[in-house]
Amino acid sequence: MAAPEPARRAALVGGGARRLDVAHWAFRAAMGVSLLVAVAALVALLVQVITEGWPRLNLDLVTSFPSSRPRRAGAESAIFGTLWVMGVVVVTCIPVGIAAAIYLEEYADRTRWYNRLIAINIQNLAAVPSIVYGILGLAFLARGWGDLGPTVLAAGLTLSLLVLPVVIIASREAIRAVPRSIREASLALGATQWQTIRRQTLPAAIPGIATGSILALSRAIGEAAPLLLLGALTFVTFNPTGLDSAFSVLPVQIFNWISRPQEEFHVLAAAAIVVLLVILLAMNGTAIWLRRRYQRRW
Amino acid sequence: MSTAGTFESAGALSRGLGVRRPRYGEMAVKAVLGACALLSVGTTIGIVFALLQPTIEFFGDVSIVEFLTSTTWSPLFADPQFGVLPLLCATLVITGIALGVSIPVGLLSAIYLSEYARPRVRNLLKPTLELLAGIPTVVYGFFALTFVTPLLQDLWPFGDPPGVFNAASAGLVMGIMIVPTIASLSEDAMAAVPHSLREGSFALGATRLTTSLRVVFPAALSGIVAAVVLGISRAVGETMIVLIAAGGTPNLSLNPAEAMQTMTAFIASAGIGDQPTGSVGYKTIFAVGSTLFLITFLMNLLSIRLVRRYRQVY
Repeated sequence: MAAPEPARRAALVGGGARRLDVAHWAFRAAMGVSLLVAVAALVALLVQVITEGWPRLNLDLVTSFPSSRPRRAGAESAIFGTLWVMGVVVVTCIPVGIAAAIYLEEYADRTRWYNRLIAINIQNLAAVPSIVYGILGLAFLARGWGDLGPTVLAAGLTLSLLVLPVVIIASREAIRAVPRSIREASLALGATQWQTIRRQTLPAAIPGIATGSILALSRAIGEAAPLLLLGALTFVTFNPTGLDSAFSVLPVQIFNWISRPQEEFHVLAAAAIVVLLVILLAMNGTAIWLRRRYQRRW
Repeated sequence: MSTAGTFESAGALSRGLGVRRPRYGEMAVKAVLGACALLSVGTTIGIVFALLQPTIEFFGDVSIVEFLTSTTWSPLFADPQFGVLPLLCATLVITGIALGVSIPVGLLSAIYLSEYARPRVRNLLKPTLELLAGIPTVVYGFFALTFVTPLLQDLWPFGDPPGVFNAASAGLVMGIMIVPTIASLSEDAMAAVPHSLREGSFALGATRLTTSLRVVFPAALSGIVAAVVLGISRAVGETMIVLIAAGGTPNLSLNPAEAMQTMTAFIASAGIGDQPTGSVGYKTIFAVGSTLFLITFLMNLLSIRLVRRYRQVY
């Protein structure tokens, strides 16, 4: 890619060399400014949250329950609520997501219209606004058919449906990355299709699946909008005791504090945001570590 | 196994190879896995059914003409008015501001990462951009309300400064939120352009700028458009930022300094209000939800179709 001589270069773009340099310089500057805007926004966001939340970043935050008096309020019930709801998501969403991915990659005949429909449908579901899942949860899970009320189970199932497409898409990619030759070798040795999947394909794809699943869970953990529709915005001053228990989760608790006019609650919200971001960072860090440590290049 | 028939006459020894013994376990596994895949179709059908019935009931009470043409939205007042235009308009204004930020920033970042950046710089910048995608939207809402709004109030260049709740702050922050979506998908599209095209361009004496803008960009255009459409769809469906930073008053206005309520923010705030099942307030959630779902559904399909097309070209 040696630079062509300036005269030819100028002739090609139809301007003098000087004009070209200016255009080049301006374009580089525009790209630099764009990246700067994105990175600066990220830095400003983090600095803002940490400085605002600093006074309340202590153990009281995670060992106190919400209160109408900001000085005594904490997020313990929201943290435990988040753990409970995420437990439901892990148990329901990940097995189903991996199973669907195995079907689509290993069994489905891609020339059949119904299999193509399932694949397009999953891509579309991944981009449906989260609040629409809230409406689904409201109509079928919290009220109506399921009639679970605003409980841990209703919230967990709603978030499960929300991130299911993400898990399926990530798992499909991980399964697809396993080379064909491994499957063929296994089949040639007399293994059935399911034996091949269970003993060869899946173990090889597990790191990729785990990475994708963790990223999907980190999306579910930060989600507030669908839960607002289920009726999660209530004053919960106890930790959940079971699947049918009322609950609060961290993002909803944060929203609750943001929407109060007193400045002290905003400080509390910022501190809770730091806790949420630390959880997310830990999860993403784990995902990246898993990818680096176990992913094989074939 | 189409050859099964030819082995039939060869005697008992070959029967094990020739006659296919049904494997019920294998069939059961396939059925279970297929059922899990079908669950996703079930989700879509569930969404459509959840939206459809209350929406039909809603349009039994309120004429569709009033819904689409009336300019006032006050469904929960004593004298209810059901014009969705203020909500639609607010969604358009805020989406427009968001795109004004995210399209230039996202595309220029994508071109830099794909065509200019050295591997080391790229490996540093790409995860940083992806961090933006991982931040929960409620956090963006907090950032808009406590950082961007005060900043705008100090620096507002035109007319009256914005109030505590305004469309501009929500739109700008939403734009930042969408940057990673647009940047990473368009970068994928540009990375899929074969190297031979770039090499051909360089061989003809074009610079990196000319190659990026006149060869790689057009070749990746359908993927880039798909990324932008997906970005629009995310902006239209985003809830928490607008709920926190744009206020809760339906307002038919194009002035970004004013507070306004989007479709998503209305759905969320009506949901918070805990409407009794079957009431008009409850049904409005579904009517507005259907409108939102329809808009985003059409855009997602368009985006998926465009992505498939650019994948087939090379």
